[in-house]
Parts: sequence; structure tokens; C-alpha cells
Amino acid sequence: MTGLSRRKLLAGSAAGASLPLLHQLFPHQGLHHAIEGAQAAESNGHAHGGAQALHGGGAAGPTFRPGITVDHRANGFQPTEMLRDFDWGHTTRLASGRVLREWTLVAGDKEIEVAPGVHFPAWTYNGRVPGPTLRCREGELLRIRFVNGSEHPHTIHFHGIHPSQMDGVPGVGTGLIESGGETNYEFNAGPGGLHLYHCHAGPLAEHIARGLYGAFIVDPKRGRRDADELMMVMNGFNTNFDAEGNQVYAVNSVAFHFVNEPIRVERGAPVRIYLVNALEYDPLNSFHIHANFFNYFPTGTSPEPAEYTDTVALAQGQRGVLELEFPYVGDYMFHAHKTEFAELGWMGFFRVGGDSDLRREPAAFHDPAEIERSRS
Amino acid sequence: MMEAAGRTETAPFLARMPTWALIAAPLVAIAGAIGLLAGLGGPGLSDRPGPAVEELAVERTVLRPGEIQLSVRNTGPDAVQVAQVAVNDAYVAFGADPNGGVGHLDEQTLTLDYPWQEGGAYTISMLTSTGATMEHTIDAAVETPEADPGFYGLMTLLGTYVGVIPVVLGMLFMPLLRRVSEDWVRLFMAVTVGLLGFLVIDGSLEGLEIGGEASGAFGGVELLFLGAAVAYLALTAVDRLLKAGVERRRAEGAGAYRLALMVAIGIGLHNLGEGLAIGSAYAVGSLALGAFLVIGFAIHNTTEGLAIVSPLARAEPPGLGRLLALGLIAGAPAILGAVIGAGAYNQELATFLIGAGVGAIVQVIGQLLPSIRDRNGQALHPLSIAGLIAGAAILYATSLLVSV
Repeated sequence: MTGLSRRKLLAGSAAGASLPLLHQLFPHQGLHHAIEGAQAAESNGHAHGGAQALHGGGAAGPTFRPGITVDHRANGFQPTEMLRDFDWGHTTRLASGRVLREWTLVAGDKEIEVAPGVHFPAWTYNGRVPGPTLRCREGELLRIRFVNGSEHPHTIHFHGIHPSQMDGVPGVGTGLIESGGETNYEFNAGPGGLHLYHCHAGPLAEHIARGLYGAFIVDPKRGRRDADELMMVMNGFNTNFDAEGNQVYAVNSVAFHFVNEPIRVERGAPVRIYLVNALEYDPLNSFHIHANFFNYFPTGTSPEPAEYTDTVALAQGQRGVLELEFPYVGDYMFHAHKTEFAELGWMGFFRVGGDSDLRREPAAFHDPAEIERSRS
Repeated sequence: MMEAAGRTETAPFLARMPTWALIAAPLVAIAGAIGLLAGLGGPGLSDRPGPAVEELAVERTVLRPGEIQLSVRNTGPDAVQVAQVAVNDAYVAFGADPNGGVGHLDEQTLTLDYPWQEGGAYTISMLTSTGATMEHTIDAAVETPEADPGFYGLMTLLGTYVGVIPVVLGMLFMPLLRRVSEDWVRLFMAVTVGLLGFLVIDGSLEGLEIGGEASGAFGGVELLFLGAAVAYLALTAVDRLLKAGVERRRAEGAGAYRLALMVAIGIGLHNLGEGLAIGSAYAVGSLALGAFLVIGFAIHNTTEGLAIVSPLARAEPPGLGRLLALGLIAGAPAILGAVIGAGAYNQELATFLIGAGVGAIVQVIGQLLPSIRDRNGQALHPLSIAGLIAGAAILYATSLLVSV
């Protein structure tokens, strides 16, 4: 009863006025029932693997409106397929014996569905967000032909070590590539690690936030141990273009996708996650896995893990390699531990299959001593 | 002469036309032109450039355990499809009725599956198919009362407490008024005008604020002025009818009753708006019922009772029934207001009704002004000015008691 004037009292009531009378006349028809039914319909009609929604509704956590799903076919890309889709490009051997690896990246304008029913006018590399995961080996010569099929000027700026002319920023080298134009970026692959590429045209935040980014993996000369490798680009979409945070958060663009379609991995098998933070408008993003720990290699440059943890935080443009294995079968959640992002779409599950005999001790892939032994 | 001139200027053909045809012909032409324009899609006019203009206004919020229900209206020109809804930055499952998009001025009910907590503040963000966001805030969540007889009984009791009882109590000043001198009566009348003047300002500000917050689909602030004009004119018509009756009967003191009745009607319309505010505030949990509120309104509205009986200071001693009737006319609308406010509140209705209260009181002030004139016919003399200021000051001070 303090500080609220009668006028405010009226205003407050106006903001949340009620109509119990109308509600009596038109009672809602069993919301929970309707939602359950729609979820069943969704899981039945799912194109990939017949997965069912693991999560959501009321106290069970965030979820999308039941009954509608993202049309991956119209998007032209599928987040689960993106996980293991590494673009090795086209190679030829130079006279010197060195490998020349080439890709063509085409910028374009395309509307994509980032959450069921929510469409975002994206700018894309090769029609997808994130762009293709370009993968090469340390020391190779790389040539990226960039064709600008978008209505706007763009560039490709690679993280790595290269001359300024190849840096893909306005005013240097070929600079901005106008609509319809093209250029070649050419440089040596290095250093070994996990990097990224993105457009550097202005306004920079918007060109990145619109979808012009992708992962760039340079396999180190020393190689990496065989593993089930997964590419995860943490991103978000500022659908109302207010440049204040994002409305939708995700891994590989489609919010809650890996809730509806858990990532399938095998118990006891080594898993390597290439994790890139391409999120704009929010200073930090994070990755947390449930019921497990991983070795973390920041930027993937060092053979030694920096940390054995279950949570890492990444600023814009930061990335790292995660190595782990799942000792038990079952469904394990992973999400941003910035929980606001998690509840706005950046959340998923691993579905660990295989031998469910809990008496068998899982191999300690994550044990540093084991890693040391494997290297020698 | 005029008739003859008119006939000579009118073509013989038109002059022969029956009156109904003169009404129907323009209507047919207008309908035909509009139909033609609509059918051809407005030739020469291209579509509006730019992206879709999406607007949704939340008209009602109903909270039940584990559930938030919003009634939204599309107040923009283009259709809106609510694709997803987040509550405090977490997406929620929801049902929409009717399902699908909402056309211009259409309504949709969104029922959100969300475990809200009492007293919590919630920002509901509606994400449309184009990625636009529309937000609605709930300042303090509280379960919406069920509209059962007990609830309306409570609202009736509330209206009686804050409306009827204080007004009737205020009328108890009448014996005092009847004893004092002419000058004192003028002073009391001036106090009454001061009271009413303050109510006009108070009501106008409330109406402007609420009207400004309205969704706009059915207007906003203009409803305040419309309500005021309608009430002013209607009350003037009532006044003329009453005056005619008085003159017919040539009854002694009937003029004073007419004036008292007019004041009672004006205050009644004001109390309707006040009851509306109280009822709606209670329904959304932003008002605690209690002794403090009742005492505050009792002191505040007691002054309104004084205003009603002031015109009767020099009239025949009125019967108890008549006085009670006047009290009910002034106070009972608070009950009606509380019931409407709790059950069927919307900003447009509130703005209109508050406007009606303002218009009615302005009319009543016009009625009362002659009675504060001194022997020289001056309305503003030191005594009346003191009364006007005192009246406004009393109402200002007592309104602080009900700043809930």
C-alpha cells in the first residue's frame, strides 16, 4: 500500500486487467491435454529419427509451442547433419609437392526458420548458417574463391596467420566485395587449431549476426586421436534487430533442435567437440555438459588440455576443442550455463547408446595420463 | 416566396421524385463507388511499402495456477502470427484460440503453460513469425479471482463501504447547515464547488492516463472527452426536464431538491469511475482490502455527502427516505463500478466512464455556481474564494489517504 497512487492503481489494473466473466463463458479447453497431443503429433511426424521431445512444459522447463516444427528442407540445412559435416574442399598437389586446397563460398540472402514458425532474413555463406565448416591440414596452401551473390557488399575474414591483403577487411587488399563481385583469398593453413571465418563488412555486428560466419579447422601436424567429431557453432538471432541481445539462441542455428533430436553417440567412444562462439550482441556464451567432464583445449592449439571441467565460457569469437567420452548410456543434457540462453533455445541432449552394463568400467579417455600414454 | 424560388431552381424531373428516392439515390451511388474501389483494389494506389506492421495489444490477463492467459487484439493493419512466446526469457508451451494468425482487429487468446509465482514480475515476450517481439508485463502476479457469487458479494460490500456509507454519513451535516447563517451556507456551497473542481482535475488526469494506455483499437483519450460531453449534455437534458416539472408544480423548495439531485447524479457518475478503479485493482491483486482503505474512502467520500445536502440548507426539511435516495444515487454507483471493474475491466470502458464522471461534475458545478453569489451577484468574493480553496484542499488531503 505504499507509493502507489490511485492513478497508478488504475494503470496497474489496466496492465493486467481480468475478465473472469468471459473466462466462464469461454473456458480454455484443457491446455495440457492439447499440448501433449500436439507433442505426440510432432514426434510422430518428425523427419529425423522419430525422436520425442525430452523436455518442456511448465515446471519441466522451456519448450516451444507444440504442434509446429522447423522446416529443415526449406532452410536447406539440418543442424544434426551439420554436426559431422566437414568440408574438406578440393585438393590438388602443387609442383613443390604441397597440397593446394580450394573452396568456393557464395554469399547470399535467404530467409531461414530459426525456431518453429519464426523466420529470419539471414545472410549466408553457401546457403547455410553457420557457413560450411572448412577443414584443412596445417601447412597446406588454401585458396578460397569468394563470390558475392548477396545484394549487399561482403568479405570473408579468416582467423589465422596471413598477409594483410588476404585479411578480408574493407580498404585492405581487395577490400569490400560488392554485390556480384568475387575475389580469392589465399594463405597458408596455420596455426593448427580451431578457428573461424566471418564477414567483416560494416556494420560489423549486423553482418555477423545475420549469419555470415563459419568454423575453420586446421588439423595440427601432430594429428589428433580418432574420435567421433562434432561441429557445434553457438549462435543466436536478434530477430527484431534491436541490437540488444537475441531472441533465439542455439547451436547450429535451430533453437531446441537437439532437445527434439538428441545427438547420438556411443558409450565409451571418444567424442571430440569443436565449439565456436559466433554469438553477437551478448558478450559471453558458455557450454555445460551434464553428468560428465571433458578435457578443454582453448582454440585447439595446444596438445595439452588447459582444464578438466564440465563448463567453459567463451567470449565472442572464442572457440575451443572438447574431448570426452560418455561412461554411461542415457540422455544427457548440454546447454549454455548462461541459463537465460538455455531457456531461449540453447539447450540439447546427447543420447548415449551402446552397452548398458554399468559394471564395466568405462575407458578413461579423459584421463590425462591416458592421453599421455596414447601419444607415446 | 422561398418555396416558389426553390421550385423554380429545381429541375422538374427531381421535383417529381419521391422523398425516399432522394434518400436512396445518393446512398446507392456511395455504395456503388465504394464497391467499385474495393473491387478494383484502389486503382493507382500501390501497396504500402516496407515490412509488415505488426501490433498486438494485450487486453486482459488471467492468472491461474501454472497458467497465464492473455487476450490479445491485433491493433495494427497487417495480420500477426504469434509463433513463440517467452516468459521472463524462457520459451513456453502455449495454446492459441483461435489457432493461427490474427487479422486486423481480431482477438486471440493465448494460454501459456508457466509455473508463475505469486508476487513475481513477469515479462511476456511474444515472438511473431517475422521475428518481431511484443512485450507485456505483469507487475505482480496474483491469481485472478473466480467470478463466483461470493466474489461479486465482496465487490458489493466494497462498493457499499467506499461509496454508500461515507456519502450517507456526510449528509449528516445537514442539521448543522440548516442552522447557520446565509453567509455560512454560501461558504459551504463554495466548499462543495471546490471539492467538485478537484474531482474534475483528478478524474481528467486519470482518464488521460488510462486512455493513453488503451490499445487504441477502440480509441483512447478521445473517449474521455466523448464520455464527458455525453454526460454533460445528458445531465443538462435531465436538468431541463426537472426544471419543467418544478415550474409546473410551483413547489416550494423544489428547486433546491432539483439541485441536490443533480449534485447526487454527478457524484454518482464520479463514484462509478472510482468503483471501477477499486474493483479492477482488487481483481489483479494490486489492492489490499482493509480498514485503512475503508477509513480513507470514508473520510474522502464523506465530503461528497456534504456537497449533496448543501443545496438543501434553506429548503423544507426533507424526509428521511428522500435523503436516503439521494445518498444511494450518489453512492451506489460505486458498487456497480466495483463489480464491472472486477469482472469486465477494459481501458476504453474505464476512460469513457471516467469521462462521464468529469462531464457530470462540470455540469453540476455550473448548477451550483449561482448559489455562491453574494448580495451583489459576485461569485468570487473573499468568502467563496476561501470556500473554493478549502474544498479543493480538503479533497486533496483526503485523497492522500486513499493513495493505495
